[in-house]
Amino acid sequence: MTSQTVDHVALLPLYAAAGTAILVLLAELITGRRAAVAGALVAGGLATAVCAIAAGGTRRGTFCAPDGAACSWVPSPLAVAAAVVFALLTVGVLALSLPVLRLGSAPAGEFCFLLASSMTGGVVVGYAGDLITLIVGLETLTLPLYVLVGLRRFAPGERVSTAGASASITFFLISVVSTAIALLGVALNYAVTGAIHLDRLIDATGPAVPVAEVGVALLVVGLAFKVAAVPLHAWAPPTYEGAPVPVAAYLSTASKLGGVLALALVVSRLESSAVTAVLAVLTMTVGNLVALRQTRMVRLLAWSSIAQAGYILAALALGEAGVRAALAYAVFFVVLEFTAFGVVVALRPAGADGGELTAYRGAGRRSPWVAAALVLAFAGLAGLPPGLAGLFAKVTVVDVLIDQGWGWLAGVVALNAVIGLAYYVRAAAVLYSAAPRVGVPVADPQLLDDATHPRPPVGRPVAAALIGAAAVAIALGFAPQLLFAALT
Amino acid sequence: MIFDALLIAVLVLPVLGAVTVALFPARLDRAARVAGTVFAALTLLPVVLLPFGRDDARFDPSASLPAVRPWAEVDASWVPALRLDFHLGVDGVSYPLVALTALLTVLCCAYTVWRVPEGGSGRTLLALLLVLEAGILGTFLALDLVLFFLFFEVVLLPMYAVIAGWGGDDRRRAARKFVLYTIFGSVLLLLGVLTVTATAGTGDLVVLSGGTELDKHTQYAAFALFAVAFAVKAPLWPLHTWLPDAHTQAPTVGSVILAGVLLKMGTYGLIRIGVGVAPLGAARAASVLGVLAVAAILAGALICLRQTELKRLIAYSSVGHMGFVLLGIATLTVTGLQAALLGNVAHGLITGLLFFLAGAIKDRAHTGDLAGLGGLRETAPRLAGLLGFAAIASLGLPGLAGFWGEAFAVVAAVQRGGPLWLTLAVLAAIGGALTAAYFLRLLRKVTHGPASPAVLGVRPAIAGPEWLAWAPLAVGVLAVGLVPALVLAATAGPMLALTGALR
Repeated sequence: MTSQTVDHVALLPLYAAAGTAILVLLAELITGRRAAVAGALVAGGLATAVCAIAAGGTRRGTFCAPDGAACSWVPSPLAVAAAVVFALLTVGVLALSLPVLRLGSAPAGEFCFLLASSMTGGVVVGYAGDLITLIVGLETLTLPLYVLVGLRRFAPGERVSTAGASASITFFLISVVSTAIALLGVALNYAVTGAIHLDRLIDATGPAVPVAEVGVALLVVGLAFKVAAVPLHAWAPPTYEGAPVPVAAYLSTASKLGGVLALALVVSRLESSAVTAVLAVLTMTVGNLVALRQTRMVRLLAWSSIAQAGYILAALALGEAGVRAALAYAVFFVVLEFTAFGVVVALRPAGADGGELTAYRGAGRRSPWVAAALVLAFAGLAGLPPGLAGLFAKVTVVDVLIDQGWGWLAGVVALNAVIGLAYYVRAAAVLYSAAPRVGVPVADPQLLDDATHPRPPVGRPVAAALIGAAAVAIALGFAPQLLFAALT
Repeated sequence: MIFDALLIAVLVLPVLGAVTVALFPARLDRAARVAGTVFAALTLLPVVLLPFGRDDARFDPSASLPAVRPWAEVDASWVPALRLDFHLGVDGVSYPLVALTALLTVLCCAYTVWRVPEGGSGRTLLALLLVLEAGILGTFLALDLVLFFLFFEVVLLPMYAVIAGWGGDDRRRAARKFVLYTIFGSVLLLLGVLTVTATAGTGDLVVLSGGTELDKHTQYAAFALFAVAFAVKAPLWPLHTWLPDAHTQAPTVGSVILAGVLLKMGTYGLIRIGVGVAPLGAARAASVLGVLAVAAILAGALICLRQTELKRLIAYSSVGHMGFVLLGIATLTVTGLQAALLGNVAHGLITGLLFFLAGAIKDRAHTGDLAGLGGLRETAPRLAGLLGFAAIASLGLPGLAGFWGEAFAVVAAVQRGGPLWLTLAVLAAIGGALTAAYFLRLLRKVTHGPASPAVLGVRPAIAGPEWLAWAPLAVGVLAVGLVPALVLAATAGPMLALTGALR
């Protein structure tokens, strides 16, 4: 048996991402300064994106089977796009986290290392060429998040809360169970078809077909946990709520994108329309209906992001034909969702949770630009101008559904968009509603409101992340073709 | 070509204006409002110049040319993956509505320079008005289905913001009702649009008009989706219930834009997209549409007879007027469609004026309750006179703008023949008489009789900016009434081609 040549250029993005994690650890060890650690992560993240683009998506795979047909590491335009998005999200979430790190409520070195590790997992998911690599990548993406969700140091005298720890445990338990289910599915499918490489996955034939079908269903269900699809969604809202806001942002963007990628790779090769369609209808309907009743900002975002996953699943129910639409939707969604979380970070004091919706009253007057960014994000998530990116996302999904003759599912998506608008509009209107009346007559209620609600200063990194995300959202709104071209 | 550049300018100028106004600092609020008005006025310039690009040689109705033959056209690929082209064009069907939109926006902007409704800053309101203008103009100009949908959606949130930000006491509920109803229509439109583009492989209205690209069943499905979508926007009874609340709560300029041009997006869409793209579907649904349209006329009139609030009454009268427009469309004859186009423009002018006047009366008397008003003639004769003029125009007095659209919708129904259409024509005519009844009731309550306490304090003078805002509308009502050809000049060709597809 000859030893294989490994194409190290194809592996560059992985090297860069994993190298970032090590670099961050070293920076912490040698300098011990927060700025150096954060700088290392930013540089590493950008390097990962650059490496992914430089290595390109047309290269042959590596780590192939002896006959050279099926590979475990497969560069593709889609993988490149995913790696770039993961890297940028990591840098963005770091920027949102800097106020918390500055407060010292989370150790900077550990925080950045875990974030970099998670990014590495994300990169692997995009490039994965077999189911084992896929699941290992997905686990590398999620494993650091269990810790990140609960990573909180309390200052002496600060009221110790266990919300983070309990969120972390919930997330951990659910995730482990879901991975076990997914692995069982892989094993059953392998037992019947003998395929583990994505290229060789085929629908089973012969007497053991039901076993293989159960395997596929279990795999889809296991991966559906990661995107918080109903009825496997219950972990998401408490986890988002208990986690620090920037980590919640990472959970609802990068972690969700990882799940979507994994699902896309699987459903495009194995017939699983029925189970995916059922998940899609349940996810969007339940997500939207429950979101209607939320009064806390992060919970609202959590439920709305569950509903959004439903639209992605709807496109994935088409199998191969819907993959491009699903991923395009996922990227549009990730940009808008990140913007929304960025606004929450910018409008709340450093280290605070998302708070009640009513806490955002009058924010439109106090910080008009930040509020405008939230309007952009919410409009986009609802699929309306000025959030053109979101409009194109909806159009993409409905278009592919109708094109493939799934008109009824397109109808469900469309009706859900109506429900969705109801709460997005309500949440956005809060920003511009007048200050609540106080019991005593006041000469100038606005003045009183400004005095009791000081405008928290928006740090430069947070502002940069927010401006960057909003700029990307606007650019994608006017030139969505860029994204479609990058995905094919 | 210069006229193609003008077409772009029509859309770019309001957007530029909105951005400019938004960038003004808070202390320069008045300057920002003036700047916004200047941009709105500048938009009027290319709109006025556009008809000079008309080439009558291309309008020979006997030639078998496509139903949509724009005078000026811009076509650029935007998102090939979604079959979306940035395809704009103007022709005789869309031009009157484009002009109406540009005119009403200038008037509303000028009015806002003079008086800002309570609720928010004037420059934000002006910026929103300009965004609305861009969205509405885009809808009328779009010659690509997906682009049409996109512009159709642009107006949604700005209008919500105008109602929720500057409206009356119950504004939030009214605004929410408006936005949810409208998006319901919008998503159906999206489904219809994508059904058509997925089947035909193109969204180009020039290609799609006439329905040659689509089979019968696709046309049925698409028309059903389009009809409900546009019926929400127009609004057609029984999907009209958002309208009275939105109108009553919206600030004056919001009501003017809403009634004046926003509703027309529905009727225009029904003609251009519904009848244009799915003529077989339209033919099949014609009788249902006709029955609903007459129900709207009668229901609108009967509800109006019971109204006790000024703005609400005018809002419900819109339901009736839109019923006549839809009846015209439902006949699917050249006469009927032309009546619908004329009714659209006439309703925009008249109801715009009526809402301006209602706003002025409410501002002065601090009540819109018909029982609390009365004897306006005594204290403010000019205002009362103008209200009388607008009300009489609205009830369809020959010689004023309202007459042609309604009379010829009935004529078209009679021409269509058959027991159903004759019955509909008779019922619509009765509805027209009821319209006269409730407008005369309105005049009796508001202008005649002894002056009520609320009216006694009314300032009789009409301010300069008010004249400026109202005079063009009053002149327009008279002009369209005397020379309806102003609106219909270039519609015969497109309408013949459109109905030609039905034969």
